[in-house]
This record gives sequence, C-alpha cells and structure tokens, in this order.
Amino acid sequence: MGDHDIPGLTAIEAEAPEPPSDSTAPRPRRMLLNMGPQHPSTHGVLRLQLELDGENIVSAQPDIGYLHTGIEKEFEVKNYQQDVTLTDRIDYLAPLSNNLCYCLAVEKLLGLEIPPMAQWQRVLLTELTRLNSHLVWLGTHAIDIGAMSVFLYCFREREDILRIFEMYSSQRMMTSYFRIGGLALEPPRGWQKRIKDFIDVFPSRVDEYEELLTNNRIWINRTRGVGILPLEDMLDLGVTGPMLRAAGLSWDTRKTEPYSSYEKFDFEIPTRSETDVYARYLVRIEEMRQSTRIITQALEGMPSGRWTADAPHVVLPDREKMKTQMEALIYHFKIVTEGFNVPAGEVYQVIESPRGEVGYYVVSDGTAKPYRVHVRGPSFGNLQAVPEMVQGTLIADVIAGIGSMDFVLGDADR
Amino acid sequence: MISDELNSFPVVTGLEIAIPSALRGGKYDRQEVTLEIAPEGIVDVCLYLKIQQKFVRLSTVTAVDWYPEEPRFEVVYHLHCIERNERLRLKCRLSSQNPEIDSVTSVWRGANWYEREVFDLFGIRFRNHPDLRRIMLPDDWQGHPLRKDYPVTGSRV
Repeated sequence: MGDHDIPGLTAIEAEAPEPPSDSTAPRPRRMLLNMGPQHPSTHGVLRLQLELDGENIVSAQPDIGYLHTGIEKEFEVKNYQQDVTLTDRIDYLAPLSNNLCYCLAVEKLLGLEIPPMAQWQRVLLTELTRLNSHLVWLGTHAIDIGAMSVFLYCFREREDILRIFEMYSSQRMMTSYFRIGGLALEPPRGWQKRIKDFIDVFPSRVDEYEELLTNNRIWINRTRGVGILPLEDMLDLGVTGPMLRAAGLSWDTRKTEPYSSYEKFDFEIPTRSETDVYARYLVRIEEMRQSTRIITQALEGMPSGRWTADAPHVVLPDREKMKTQMEALIYHFKIVTEGFNVPAGEVYQVIESPRGEVGYYVVSDGTAKPYRVHVRGPSFGNLQAVPEMVQGTLIADVIAGIGSMDFVLGDADR
Repeated sequence: MISDELNSFPVVTGLEIAIPSALRGGKYDRQEVTLEIAPEGIVDVCLYLKIQQKFVRLSTVTAVDWYPEEPRFEVVYHLHCIERNERLRLKCRLSSQNPEIDSVTSVWRGANWYEREVFDLFGIRFRNHPDLRRIMLPDDWQGHPLRKDYPVTGSRV
C-alpha cells in the first residue's frame, strides 16, 4: 500500500493580530472557534471550524469523517442480500429510502420484474419514511432555533410511524424491509387500518405545526433572509433535494426519473423562490402534505398479488413450500449458503430521499458479492455548501442555516 | 470503436467532433451511457460537457480498483443534465504506478470533496486540487482502505 506524505491538519490560519502601531487604532480581533464535533445543533458529529470577527463569520470549514465506518468496504465482503442491512445504517433517519435505492440498483442488474403490490408497498413505506425524516428535521430544527414545543409534537407523530414500521418488519428503525426481489415479508394483517388511522389525523397535525411556526414572528425573524445561497452555486456544489426546490428548481427524481411506479401517483413538487431557511421550511411542510396524498392513493389503490418477484434463484421460497418441495429446499439452501450470482455490469440508480438525491453505484463481476458499491449520499453533497452559505453571516445564523440543510452525518461519512 | 447504438446519442457525437482524441470507447448498457475518456483529456471533456452540453451537475466521483489488472484504477464520474433529464458516466483508467489525474474542481466546485474521498480511500492523486488531504480517515492513517489489497480483518503488525 502506497504511503503518501499527508500534510498535517491544516487549521485555518487566522491572521495573527498585528501589534497596534498606535494605541488608538482598532485592533483586528479574529477568533477561531470549534463548533462540534459534540455540538447539539450539528445533529451527529460534525466539526465546524469557524473564524470569527466578533459575531461575524469570516470563514467556515466543515470537518467530517467522525462517523466513517467503512460501509463501502463492508459491502464487498457480504453477499448481495446481506448488504441490504448495511444500507439501513447509512442514513439512519431514512433507512427505507436507502433500502429501496440499493434494491432497485441490484434488481436492474438482475433484470428482475417486481410485482405491482410490492412496488406500491415500497412507495407507501418510503413516503412514510419521508414523513418520519421530515418530522425529525422539523422538531430538531425548531429546537435549535428555540421553539421547544414543536419537537414534542413532531416526535408524537414520529412514534406512530415507527410503530407502523415495527408492525411491518418488527424493527423500528433499521427495518431492512425491502429485499432484492420485493419485500421481506407479507404486509402484516391489518396494515390498512393502521395506516388509515394515521393518515386521517396527520394533515391536522401538520396544521398544528404550522400554527406554531408559520406565522410566528420569532420564527420568521430567525429564518427569513437567512442562509441564502443562489441556485447556480448550489448546483455547482452538488446540493440536492428540498434546498434546490426552495430555490425555485422544480426537480424531483420521483417525477423526472420515476422508479417503483411513482409515475402512477398524482402529486406535486412544491417549490419556493426565496432560497432562504424559511422557504426550505415551507417546502418541507408542503412535501409532508404531498406525501400524505401519495400514501392515501397507495392505500386506496393497492394492487393485490405477490410481494416478491417470481425468481426462485433470488427470492427465498415460502416456508411451507420449503418443507414440502425438494426444489424449493434446494433453492433455499443455495440462497442461504452462497447467495446468488449477479450478472456482470454496472448500474447507477438514483432516487429521491427526504434529503435529496441518493445514488447507488453498484459494480458486479458476476459473483455473489458486489465488486464495488459506492453510495452518493445527499448529506455529503449538501455539507459542501456550508462554507459558502454561512460566510459573512452571524454566528446565530449558522445554526439556522445548517439546520435547514437537514443532513445526517451517517449519510455523509458512511 | 464507438458503436452505432452510442452514436445515436447527440452527446456522444458532439463529443466525438469536439474532442476526438479524448474519447477512447464506451458502451450502452441497461439504459446507461458510459464513455471511456483518456485521463489527460478529462478536464477538457468535462468543460465541454458542462458548458456545451449543459451537464450542470456532477452527481458523484468515485473509483473502482481492478487489482491485479492493469491499468488498475478506474475513476468514475456521474454527470447529470437537468434540462434534458440525462445522465452520463465517464471513466478514466489509471495505472498502479502513479495513479494521478487532473482535478475537475475547476469545472464543478462540488468535485472537491468527492476527489478528496477518492484520494483518501484509494490513494489516487488529483493534480491542481485546491485542498487535497484526507477527508474520512485521520490524517496519520496508513494505507487506503478501498483498495482491493487492503485487508478487511486482522491487526497491524
């Protein structure tokens, strides 16, 4: 392994205060402040090196990698189906979105046809994930800015969503419910009622959050005109998701590159043109309402049928069949012991996660383990824009600004 | 060298006319266009694609290690044109002797961290990069974990 000479940690070199030539001249006073890695408003372990002139930010340098766990390396030593569990842990607030993107990529390599019922269940659950993620974002973002009570409301609804996930997969967060070839299990008995109960009350809950914030003068003063970043800069820096939509770009991969039957659903892409923190808040609130619409449609129009593809070499057979049919038993044994081979090739699958564009680049060499998996996490791209966004603003606006980006450090560091 | 199927894409024909020396090959597989680019021409190609072909977004930069094959490394760029809703993959092969390629940060500023990540995990150097240092691992880390000859288990001797 080559060993390169790595330059040491280059801290921002603050200009050394020059000795005053005469005692009356104002002395330039710069301060280097470390925000994080253990700062509550950075949601995980992000370190921001801020160079301050009084309360003004001269420059900011994000330092990431504290949550790096080598997930991309680990993908290469597990077989395709085992790797689904790793995708949960990348963006732990939107595990199902990552499950879906990875499964779609591998299914594209395999050329699998997923039955409509599984596709619609996938849409339904990823939209619930979007609500889950946006609720965590709204609650923590509000707490950062000083509105404590919103957090409690948001987590009340989030609890309902986590219970639905638990009902489906017996896991609250790391569900791994989407598998290559469909779903892990048949949707549980009574899922329609649980989701209907939730979706019936949820729009009124969103009204409640809006009542607390949308016209709240403190909220508006803290967020309007703050964290502005022009659209061209954001595109250049790799920012995706609600941040772009709050800058007026109506781009959502659910519409432009539909996957998993999204083209059959009727919903709108909310956009704003202000590009500030307040606009991002309004976009996400509207996205929650649109997700509710999608979930309602999925609930009403859910097709019947199998929840897994007709591919015995990929999908585990039913328990009953495995016990009674020799062929099913052989397939079961082969899938469990050695996995399944995936045709050689490469695929870059992109979906819209709550945070923006998630991309899975999967390279197969024809064996049962991926040769290489690269994850394009939206948080990684969004974080790159931090220095440009906060430069020249006040230190209090940094909290509002990075809060409006809605990043998850697990997604950035992998 | 370029198949007829690929030539049906205006991007490919445009690139062939504009910078013929840089295009080494390509394929159309699973509805995805992949072009192989000569490493020394990557910045020109990217500039052309961004300005003339409106690939305003660089979705990601990554690498694949084909150890023990030579040229060993493959740097992979995923481009996206929002206007035409089109994606494109560029690839450059680099030898294991001196894995070095020009940085595309002058084309998209967003390439900065992606290239740092590739440098960190694969040990591929990017010329003219404004801030080439490790991003995920500590600065004093030995080796580059995503290389295929980097072990997954075991302890350092």
